[in-house]
Amino acid sequence: MDKVLFGVMPYILLMTAIVGAIWRFKSNKYTWSSQSSQFLENKTLFFGSFPWHYGIITLLLGHILGLFIPKSFVLWNAVPLRLYILELTALALGFLALFGLLALIYRRLTNSRVKAVTSGWDVLVLIILLIQVVTGIGNAILYRWGSNWYVATAVPWMWSILKLQPNVDFVANLPLITKTHIFNALLFIGLIPFSRLAHFVVINPYKYLVRPYQVVRWYRKGGPTVNIVSYK
Amino acid sequence: MDLRAQLSMSFHMDKCIGCHTCSVSCKNVWTSRRGAEYMWWNNVETKPGAGYPLTWEDQERYRGGWEVSGGSLRLKLLKGPGKIRTLANIFFQPNLPTIDDYYEPFTYDYQNLFNAPAGDDQPTARPRSLITGEFMEKIALGPNWDDDMGGSPLYASNDPNLKGLSESQKELLTKFHKLFFFYLPRICNHCLNPACVASCPSGAIYKRGEDGIVLIDQDTCRAWRFCVSACPYKKPYYNWANGKSEKCIFCYPRTETGQANACAHACTGRIRFVGVLFYDADRIEEVAKTPDERLVDAMRDIVLDPNDPRVIEEARKQGIDENWIVAAQNSPSYNLFKKWRIAMPNHPEFRTLPMNFYVPPLSPVLHNAKAENGGVFDSESVEFFNSIDKMRIPVRYLANMLSAGNEQVVIESLKKQMAVRLWVRQQRVGDIGDSAAKAALSAVGLTPEEAFEIYKLVSLATFQERFVIPETHRETMTTVDPRLMYEKRGTVGFGNKRQELVSRQW
Repeated sequence: MDKVLFGVMPYILLMTAIVGAIWRFKSNKYTWSSQSSQFLENKTLFFGSFPWHYGIITLLLGHILGLFIPKSFVLWNAVPLRLYILELTALALGFLALFGLLALIYRRLTNSRVKAVTSGWDVLVLIILLIQVVTGIGNAILYRWGSNWYVATAVPWMWSILKLQPNVDFVANLPLITKTHIFNALLFIGLIPFSRLAHFVVINPYKYLVRPYQVVRWYRKGGPTVNIVSYK
Repeated sequence: MDLRAQLSMSFHMDKCIGCHTCSVSCKNVWTSRRGAEYMWWNNVETKPGAGYPLTWEDQERYRGGWEVSGGSLRLKLLKGPGKIRTLANIFFQPNLPTIDDYYEPFTYDYQNLFNAPAGDDQPTARPRSLITGEFMEKIALGPNWDDDMGGSPLYASNDPNLKGLSESQKELLTKFHKLFFFYLPRICNHCLNPACVASCPSGAIYKRGEDGIVLIDQDTCRAWRFCVSACPYKKPYYNWANGKSEKCIFCYPRTETGQANACAHACTGRIRFVGVLFYDADRIEEVAKTPDERLVDAMRDIVLDPNDPRVIEEARKQGIDENWIVAAQNSPSYNLFKKWRIAMPNHPEFRTLPMNFYVPPLSPVLHNAKAENGGVFDSESVEFFNSIDKMRIPVRYLANMLSAGNEQVVIESLKKQMAVRLWVRQQRVGDIGDSAAKAALSAVGLTPEEAFEIYKLVSLATFQERFVIPETHRETMTTVDPRLMYEKRGTVGFGNKRQELVSRQW
């Protein structure tokens, strides 16, 4: 069972994400975004979107950092005070994200205008995200000092996956709640190209910081071009 | 010099009767779709009035447009230096208007009129929201909600253009014998320094180099909605149904083939003029930074004289076609805005360098002069020349709206229009006196020939004179690589996927 869930499924879901992303970007670039509903409702959204995004992005960056510099985490945590600071910060961010997410779910369920632009995928995404945040907070409270054991279990497992030598032993003995957290994260990745999570990999805005304010396109300069859409 | 061409529309506000034919023809052609019901790419507002969306001119609230800070030009939306602020607000925009600032699109339950069971009461068609499909208690807002000053103490009293008016001047909103209003037809200004383009994190909005039309690339738009917040005129609209922003496209499929825009073509009052302007793109930033009182003059400076041989030579060097140069020389927009200086941009203080121009309304001067004099208007006097400060629509109000507060620019335009009227009246009725009419003209620096040209354009002009729109030579700038023409026969316009299928050969 573990072998299937943590040895095979990661590849299936990662491939789904990559192939799906290429397919959607090629075939339907138009829909590659997350449909905003701020225009229809912006009061509850404020209490949802801000805490959610800033909480979850910081936590996600923490997880990714752990993947790449596990040793620094262990070194940082060597002093108990620093461990407490890290764990408490992470837990606070988790609650911040949970608060935001609950506000977003409440908004989507109660506001009739927002409901009018809600698809089945949106609901699925919210369920996946809720499971992820709740199990994450559960991990942090029930099995303390996750920042320490994360680098000894999930990190080597992820590397084994990435190096194409899957070794499920690293995660096989983890408690159920942690396993749920990990597998749910895989589902999240698999969903990216098919849902509003697509905006998660929108790479356009970084260009905004370096480009000049004004954009001018000429349709007769720049040599032969096959389709007018590709003039940039 | 970086000479570029710009299509520009001008409006003669005196002639606008507020019939909304322009809005309806625009809506029928472009925005009668789900998610776009509330979009009025062209709308007509009653002024004084709150406008659409409500109080769009109030940039303390919406923070649209640009401001000069520490010698540099920056988007008002950013509040701080650098663009990082835009990205920090990417998850929630504090200055974005919501649908409640426009109106909830609605229809009526007409079927009930046919299907209601027999009863004692006449069946009614209740309003139904086009977003949720639910019945609405009441319709709280709509397009032109304060049309013809309806509810003006509630709505029009919030008009930001009223600032700086005395209490007695503000009585034009409430006192019946002082009441006056006029109409402000609005489309996207297709600015030289567009704030929507500058705020788009995706780089989806662009200004077309050839004709200056500002467009949104729907494939690249990622629904960040910064254009809606940043545009001080609130002319990009967010399509709530498909999650893309849309805006007035200046009817480019029509203008490219030399046809007039749908709104302009339909205009019953013939108040609209469309023409080409040449401008110097190198000077955009400098002009946008000009202090308020010189802003309109600076904008007139950036527009180049198409009859100047050096400008013509430069235009040819930039690859601008001959028919565009000829069109620029006959451009009604150029004449109204720069040559005769009687048209001015709407809210130039937003510093986007808007490219639509408005001839301010004149009629109320006569009317109020009559009321003030307490008698019949004496057509032989040039008294009303001096009573421009007593007109019903205060010059201050027009200056707030059309010239960044510079009253001289407005007065110059009003006096010129008045002088032309006197002169033409002398020609046709002959009761002014030749010398008086000539004196009126020379007082505002017009020659009789110019006065006749102005009269001809704003009163008699034919369709071809009002709309001088050169064709874009699409045949020389095909979107298909000529080398691939044969392979792509019969498939052009269907996108890549279809081409592959059709051109496959065994």
